[in-house]
Amino acid sequence: MVTTSKPEYKVIGTRPVRPDGVDKVTGRAQYGADIKQQGALAGRVLRSPHAHANLKKIDASKALALDGVKAVVTARDIVGPDGDLSKLPDPAANILAGTKVLYRGHAVAAVAAINDHVAQEALKLIEVEYEVLPAVLDVREAMRPDAPILHEALRTRAPTGPSEGPSNVVAQTVSAFGDIEAGFAECDVIVEREFSTKMVHQGYIEPQAATAHWNSDDQLTIWTCTQGSFPARESVSQILGHPISKIKVIPTEIGGGFGGKISVYLEPVAALLSRATGKPVSMRMDRTDVFEGTGPTPGTNIRIKLGATKDGKLRAAYGDMAYENGAYPGSAAMYATMVVTAAYQIEHVKFDGFDVVVNKPRTQDYRAPSAPAAAFAMEQLIDEIADQLKIDPLKFRLMNSAAEGSRGPMGMPFKRIGHEECVEAALNSPHYNTPLEGPNRGRGVASGFWFNVGLRSSVNVSVQPDGTVNLNEGNTDIGGTRASLAMQLAETLGITFEDVKATVVDTDSVGVNDVTAGSRVTFASGMAVHEAGKNLIAALKERLAPTWQTTPDEVQFEAGVFKNADGSKTMTFKEAAVATVGRGVGLTVSGSVNAGFLAGGGFAHHIVDVEVDPDTGKTTILRYTAIQDAGTAVHPAYVEGQMQGGAVQGIGWALNEEYYYDDTGRMANSSFLDYRIPTSLDVPMIETIIVEVPNPLHPFGVRGVGEPGIVPPLAAIANAVARATGVRQTQLPMSPRRILETTRGIA
Amino acid sequence: MQALEYVAPASLDEAVAALAKHGATARVLAGGTDVIIQAREGRRQVGVMVDIKGIKEATSFSFGSDGSLTVGAAAPCARLYGDAEVQKRFPALVDSASLIGGIQIQSRASLGGNLCNSSPAADSIPTLIALGGVCNIIGPSGKRDVPVEDFCTAPGQNVLQAGELLVSITFPAPAANSGAAFERFIPRNEMDIAVVNAAASVALSADGSKFESARIAVGAVAPTPLYVKAAGDALAGKPVSEATIDAAAAAASDAAKPITDMRGSAAQRKHLAGVLTKHVINTAIARAKGA
Amino acid sequence: MTGRTYVSARINGEQRDFLVEPRQSLLETLRDELGMTGAKEGCNNGNCGACNVIVNGSLVNACCVLGVECNGAEIVTIEGVADGETLHPLQTSFLENAALQCGICTPGFIVAAKALLDKEPDADEARIRHWLAGNLCRCTGYDKIVRAVLDAADDMRRAPAKA
Ligand SMILES: Cc1cc2nc3c(=O)[nH]c(=O)nc-3n(C[C@H](O)[C@H](O)[C@H](O)COP(=O)(O)OP(=O)(O)OC[C@H]3O[C@@H](n4cnc5c(N)ncnc54)[C@H](O)[C@@H]3O)c2cc1C
Ligand code: FES
Ligand code: FES
Repeated sequence: MVTTSKPEYKVIGTRPVRPDGVDKVTGRAQYGADIKQQGALAGRVLRSPHAHANLKKIDASKALALDGVKAVVTARDIVGPDGDLSKLPDPAANILAGTKVLYRGHAVAAVAAINDHVAQEALKLIEVEYEVLPAVLDVREAMRPDAPILHEALRTRAPTGPSEGPSNVVAQTVSAFGDIEAGFAECDVIVEREFSTKMVHQGYIEPQAATAHWNSDDQLTIWTCTQGSFPARESVSQILGHPISKIKVIPTEIGGGFGGKISVYLEPVAALLSRATGKPVSMRMDRTDVFEGTGPTPGTNIRIKLGATKDGKLRAAYGDMAYENGAYPGSAAMYATMVVTAAYQIEHVKFDGFDVVVNKPRTQDYRAPSAPAAAFAMEQLIDEIADQLKIDPLKFRLMNSAAEGSRGPMGMPFKRIGHEECVEAALNSPHYNTPLEGPNRGRGVASGFWFNVGLRSSVNVSVQPDGTVNLNEGNTDIGGTRASLAMQLAETLGITFEDVKATVVDTDSVGVNDVTAGSRVTFASGMAVHEAGKNLIAALKERLAPTWQTTPDEVQFEAGVFKNADGSKTMTFKEAAVATVGRGVGLTVSGSVNAGFLAGGGFAHHIVDVEVDPDTGKTTILRYTAIQDAGTAVHPAYVEGQMQGGAVQGIGWALNEEYYYDDTGRMANSSFLDYRIPTSLDVPMIETIIVEVPNPLHPFGVRGVGEPGIVPPLAAIANAVARATGVRQTQLPMSPRRILETTRGIA
Repeated sequence: MQALEYVAPASLDEAVAALAKHGATARVLAGGTDVIIQAREGRRQVGVMVDIKGIKEATSFSFGSDGSLTVGAAAPCARLYGDAEVQKRFPALVDSASLIGGIQIQSRASLGGNLCNSSPAADSIPTLIALGGVCNIIGPSGKRDVPVEDFCTAPGQNVLQAGELLVSITFPAPAANSGAAFERFIPRNEMDIAVVNAAASVALSADGSKFESARIAVGAVAPTPLYVKAAGDALAGKPVSEATIDAAAAAASDAAKPITDMRGSAAQRKHLAGVLTKHVINTAIARAKGA
Repeated sequence: MTGRTYVSARINGEQRDFLVEPRQSLLETLRDELGMTGAKEGCNNGNCGACNVIVNGSLVNACCVLGVECNGAEIVTIEGVADGETLHPLQTSFLENAALQCGICTPGFIVAAKALLDKEPDADEARIRHWLAGNLCRCTGYDKIVRAVLDAADDMRRAPAKA
């Protein structure tokens, strides 16, 4: 661990066992598909076999005639008998298509039946009439004027105003500073390349699952493995036109998400089926549904030109970044233009971003959305320039590193950040200082950046008669945030981790919380927890003051101990709690924050050694080190876990993962057999170095750690492969097939 | 999954009767690692599962007095590769059996299932061919034997007639100074379907300088696993040298008529057919020499 | 719909008698008929290991076995790995090593690792990685899982067969 300076913490920085741990190692924990409601029916979704088609007619009469089938719903059940299906808003049309299907796997109808087998048999009996349209799958092709149009009503948002006619380009966004022509004129070395990456999936192991019960009093209860119970409630409300006050979302344990479980898919459909049948309805996806019917992350085509002076100063960068949004508009390219140069000080930059719809699933975030593909391009060019200038790639990055006060991704200056510290840690690491020997081997490095988002968090804290506290939070816990929040509360209150009991509660039981995403929970909910802790301390001061014959503002609280002004009276938090609650009256406080949109940034830096088999083109990861600025590592083991998990996801993305489409727009590899996420045999131990440069925007200096770790791997591995083979890799995945093609022309 | 019936005959006669009774909708169930999933995903219509794991002849394996080996069609891979005698005398079978799926699959998956599923990429079939395996088939009209290389006819199809089942596979005793090996190429290190696979069995002269005979098979490069006679012929009677081995590898690559799909390109497969053939010949030679 | 078949098996040491449809996998049988939801469905086609259970001493994917095949079988599931309230050394080690993040893969990994250590108490890192290659985890990058299994093996060797 590399730490600049931080206060002495008692609980923060330790590695306690998480509160939900025992249930998870014994199989007792309840995930999305484990919810069993009495009398529940099973629901399944019928999906489009075509990538692009007009939906002419759906006839469910044969399905409804099958023994055990209770209901079939379509988008008609959303808009009502007289509603206009063509006006269905995007979020609704994505979960049940209205007049058009826009990708293979697009939901068109759903069945509720007495069990899952009957529901699946019934799907085969639903007759759907499609008018098949030409599909467009490639982002650059979709931008062409003659491309098949997905949305007749879509007009490009551009700096010059909206496009005249319909287009697949959702928006052209520009991120520009300085004068790039002047900038390039100053450069002695200029490199320029085009890169492309394929659509990839988050690959969480738990498929989406949801249960809904629409009661006869119109109260709707939903159990779901979502990344955000409040956003899910909001979406269901909007899609179904049902008021929030009548919806309760009960989050189950969640088996991974990485951004893919923010949007709702099954929840509103299960609700419709429950309304139609009067019974609870449980729905789950199978793995093919997950690949074809949820939100992977965009494929891209990125052209970047980068220039530096001969003394190693980056001066100008230009880029044209096209990102697939999938079937409905998104904003990945806009983010990409902001983050692509975040790690460096480059005076003159201009990046054009193009968000483009194509006939593929509506894309969603996947850890640091848009940044890994941008870094795959940028960090390779950085390496090429360093090579040309014969400067060590790490030292070159250090020479140009962003730092406190330099221009941040949206133009505002960075507050204190830790990129330099990460690169220095890499320079000093055991890994970088061990020479790599042997044929066909190469070492690569790369940096990565991602924002921290803040947004809204609320928690409730109630004091128990024995002086312990219960912490109720509203963010689902994907990777140990119950523990990291309990630790921050314990630290605030000066009590032990064991004295805090953290529970994730439903949307009726706590104030509003935004998603578990954007690396925000430990950060922003941590601020809410800190706020609640401060409120609790103030409340106890109020209660202690009269008994100590003083005023609340005379009561001090330090290191877990209340004292009066002269120090003659002292009480630990626990003693005070027992005295005023155990023998007094109950006490509950809340903490609510809106931590703003941007909340500081996080940097990561990775080093990787590879060996590439010249006969088979297969790349083996020999050694891997992940370095990351966590601000303050609340639970270092979980920080390491995030870094290691991100690195291995990145390894998969770099080497093998891709949505492989056939000519008809069908994903040919929609199973874990052929969508090749890394196994334990494909990766070595992932060494970690946690850097701690406290975040000035957080009371404990915390930075979000969930996302930056997936940004460097694609580029780091590409840089390593380039050194091992002498050939630059501009396309992902760098599969054995691609390596044989590019290194030996076997194509 | 569509509704099923399940029967578990206790003898071969009962199994043949069950298959006859249920006709075209009946499928043999061995380890189920193909057929259960195919039925669930609607890739095979199955009305009745005829579980043959209660039949001794289909689940045991034994060595004959002449050193031959007969493996029950439904014996799980894990039992086969865990057997010390099999490891010693038929290491190529161990190569294949220990590569099919992960440990969880190997607990159930059988050679018979792998063969009868008749995938062009099946990881045991090249080995079964290289070792000169013979299929022992039983059916309504009695027993018959078919060499493994003649068994598969198209992807997912084979010579089994309605009502027939594969009882076991018999491998002749390995010749003196012989060795065999199997290898596959996959993008990950486990859990993938072969991009290409290959097996070789070679018999050397007593001094190890010359190939007496050889059998070579490659998979995932044609609609069925290929027995490449030309590759074996390129070795037989020739000195053990890099040039001869290269010639055999070239013959295997020539015989390959692959397609491009999500698992690999045609060019990549053709290339790998040569690379892997070379590898397996070298390993087989090393084994023949007792290394 | 076809009829249901009577099956009798020992599950986690207890005799259980139940009815299943022949098309129901062992995974569905456990989860839907017997209320044991510890084994998870991650893929339903043998590729993720989340559904791992031990049948007659062999590690299998419960999604690739039919419930009707289990008549007379001896089955161990994640629910039977702990000895009453006493966690198995693997369970303790997973907790102490922070070897789970979301935890959906954890039951499968623990059952698979138990099947390994029961047979090969001295398994090293390479062997553990090989054995666990049929279990996918998307959160941890495997590092802490492999360490947890190594640590548990160490503990079990030091305090053999307490259970
Ligand atoms: C996750 C996973 C990974 C896999 N990895 C691999 C791999 O790496 N390499 C590979 O080659 N395969 C792989 N497979 C496929 C499968 O495991 C193998 O083909 C296996 O050998 C099949 O054997 P089985 O006993 O399970 O067959 P089953 O599924 O029981 O049967 C397969 C087919 O053969 C028929 N059949 C079986 N036995 C007989 C018989 N005696 N007579 C007549 N017909 C019969 C069945 O009716 C069925 O059609 C994998 C499967 C899964 C699920
Ligand atoms: S659910 Fe059985 S292996 Fe994935
Ligand atoms: S901990 Fe989430 S998949 Fe393993």
